[in-house]
Amino acid sequence: MNIRKLGLRILAAAFVAVPVWEASVTAAQADSIFIPQASYRTGKYSVNGTPFANGFDDYLAMLNVRDGGIEGVTIDTEECEFGYVTDKGVECYERFKSKKPVAYTPLSTGVTYKLVPKAAVDKIPVLSSGYGMSAAADGRWFPWVFNFPTSYWSQASAFVRYIGELEGGLDKLKGKKIGLIFLESGYGREPIPLLKKLAEKYGYEFKDYSVPGKEMEKQQAQWRKIVKWKPDYMLMWGWGNMNRVAIRRATEFGFPLNKFIGVWWSGADSDTKPLGKLAKGYRAGNWHAPDACCDVHKDILKHVYDKGNGHDKAMVGQVLYNRGVVTAMYITEAVRDAIKANGGKAVNGEQVRDAMEKMSIDAARLKGIGFEGFTSPIKVSCADHEGSGPVVIQEWDGEKWVIIKRDVKPLTDVVRPMLEAAAVTEGEKLGYKKRDNCS
Amino acid sequence: MFYREAGQFKASYGTDQAIFPIAQDKWFVLAVVAAAYLVVPLVANSYWYEVILTPVVVMSLSALGLNVLTGYCGQISLGHGGFMAVGAFAAFKIATAFPELNVIIVFLISGLFAAFAGVIFGIPSLRIKGFYLAVATLASQFFFEWWFQQVGWFSNYAPSGTITAPSQEFMGVVISGPSATGVVKYLIGLTFLVFFCIVVKNLVRSHIGRSWMAIRDMDIAAEIIGIKPLQTKLLAFAISSYIAGVSGALFLFLMRISLEMEAFDIIAISFPVLFMVIVGGLGSVMGSIFGAVFIIGTPVFIKNFPELTTASVILVLAGLSVAWLTKYGVWRWVPLVIGVPLAVFVFFQKFASNTAEHIVLMFFGLSIVLVLIFEPNGLARLWQIAKEKFRLWPYPY
Repeated sequence: MNIRKLGLRILAAAFVAVPVWEASVTAAQADSIFIPQASYRTGKYSVNGTPFANGFDDYLAMLNVRDGGIEGVTIDTEECEFGYVTDKGVECYERFKSKKPVAYTPLSTGVTYKLVPKAAVDKIPVLSSGYGMSAAADGRWFPWVFNFPTSYWSQASAFVRYIGELEGGLDKLKGKKIGLIFLESGYGREPIPLLKKLAEKYGYEFKDYSVPGKEMEKQQAQWRKIVKWKPDYMLMWGWGNMNRVAIRRATEFGFPLNKFIGVWWSGADSDTKPLGKLAKGYRAGNWHAPDACCDVHKDILKHVYDKGNGHDKAMVGQVLYNRGVVTAMYITEAVRDAIKANGGKAVNGEQVRDAMEKMSIDAARLKGIGFEGFTSPIKVSCADHEGSGPVVIQEWDGEKWVIIKRDVKPLTDVVRPMLEAAAVTEGEKLGYKKRDNCS
Repeated sequence: MFYREAGQFKASYGTDQAIFPIAQDKWFVLAVVAAAYLVVPLVANSYWYEVILTPVVVMSLSALGLNVLTGYCGQISLGHGGFMAVGAFAAFKIATAFPELNVIIVFLISGLFAAFAGVIFGIPSLRIKGFYLAVATLASQFFFEWWFQQVGWFSNYAPSGTITAPSQEFMGVVISGPSATGVVKYLIGLTFLVFFCIVVKNLVRSHIGRSWMAIRDMDIAAEIIGIKPLQTKLLAFAISSYIAGVSGALFLFLMRISLEMEAFDIIAISFPVLFMVIVGGLGSVMGSIFGAVFIIGTPVFIKNFPELTTASVILVLAGLSVAWLTKYGVWRWVPLVIGVPLAVFVFFQKFASNTAEHIVLMFFGLSIVLVLIFEPNGLARLWQIAKEKFRLWPYPY
């Protein structure tokens, strides 16, 4: 067989295989629910994507082994690698769509913006926990998009409250200087309007310093300007290698790390571990435990890793691993509510959406599912898709992350009106109408 | 046998200078276009629309624009993403400022802004050429990237700088915005592609196209025979950027719906479009489409069939090794003995999704290298060779 013929045969095989593959995709299983995951174990940000994907996958695997799924309904899961590239993320979504996922976590702000308009059409709720579009917090405009437990704006305002507490009251912020160093992207620019608004209200001075993706590894220019301006506090909206470099530059330029606070995507083990003692004192926001604290970790180790499954034992309990676990938990608990509410076995995206909108996880329920001390209780409502969850502040002690401050509440009185105003803008862009059945 | 022009006599200059002088060519292309309009909407599902069809028509248009500049006029440009961004942001601003204006008209107007930007950034091409011009055109890429991010007016002061295509209805059908169906978006994109293909094809057959090619092949000689480099080059920049601008608007309105400036990053747009033009065939309208199909389709194919791809590559390598090892007698069959079971084994594997992605990166790169080694003139040349073979078939000489 010469190569040309071989090539033709391979092509022929592909033409046969395409319909078979299509058929296998559309053959939805009735007795299970499909919770897919878009992951990025490759590409620029794989160091962040891998622990998250492991946590998400391990938690679902653990539920399948320990409880036989959710309320007896098996969880069917699949990963789709998108390398943090928007086009590939959309490809993943389209691939999964025909298998009728009950919820979708796009895992990138770019993909979230692309999926927000699609969610309502395809009847698949989008959960972007702690990323994506802040305006989605107003459920009256965006019935199909959720960003609980908290949005970027809520978190930024929680940082301002925290800084106020360190200074001895929010009124002491007057005349202080707060800077923001951010990754030049939609994600990085998201907190700027809020921080500016709070600057007007509390009288601190605000400046932002952008780090384009190409300069992630350098940042000298930005830090030179920062130390010249002599801010009292610096916030960071960074991602991937930018975080590690920023912390290193802060130490080189003599900026005190305990006045440097990162967003929850800037406080992972991979950001600080390579720096070790050098990063001691650096702080970051979070909304869950930074270590292998809780019963759920024991269950994952017992039911998944001790049986020789799972991905990488060393990652269990890392910050981003826990974020994967907690995101999976939000989805599975919403599914559990939906199954209970509908009495049936398998549920669809619409039923899960309804359940998400009524979701309430209190301390007792957290304890019941092994998440005691892992994260704070949350309550979602028809109007509030964000839950305005409290933020915790964690600090790197040179070896591991420790929580130094719990329950930092966002400045809801400022944030909420801004979120609602933004929801009007974003909603009108899409030609949406405000729902009036939310009281 | 079927593909032979014997008996087709040209009685006028008009028939002799037609785009497709051979009847079979004409009917084949018409059949393909008709199939794209009629058959595809019947069989495609939303995966095909979102992942393959719409991206292919939009990026084909973009590649066509770059092909005018690089393929026909010989000016290398790395700023194509910048011009597309001008088109996209212009379309967004026009569509939000004048919501009643039909988006089709918006697309055509937004191209004008890109054409203007193209002319401005094309001015250096009068002094510098080749790699130096490529570096100069990078300026447009970086400038627009910075400009659209820094000036909030362009994104109507959205906090994240994200622009979203507004919805619009035309004769009861939603033709833009998030609720437009895949088939509508595909058909709009296809219409633009067909239209601009005809325009460019006719341009390059006219005196304008000939003067571009003269500049491309030897600019000094072209100047001596009376072609003005200033007008010719700037016209190429203007038309190329106009098409880029329209494709940028389509990229926003049909493909992404919602995007931020990074979508037009050099890695995301400028390089891939240049690859499309090079792989597809410089100086070929058809090549732009082949290139887009190849650059967009290959990764999607490999990602859906990573096991099949790996198995095929193993088989091909084993086959090649057998051919190389002829002097080792019976031992030359060793690679095949190892390769076939290995390929079968791989074929029945289920790769993890990140493994599949690594395979995409490896074999996609490999496929580009192979195309360029075996057909440096691009896929369009391959198409031409196939046509020539068909003319002689079944009696090759």
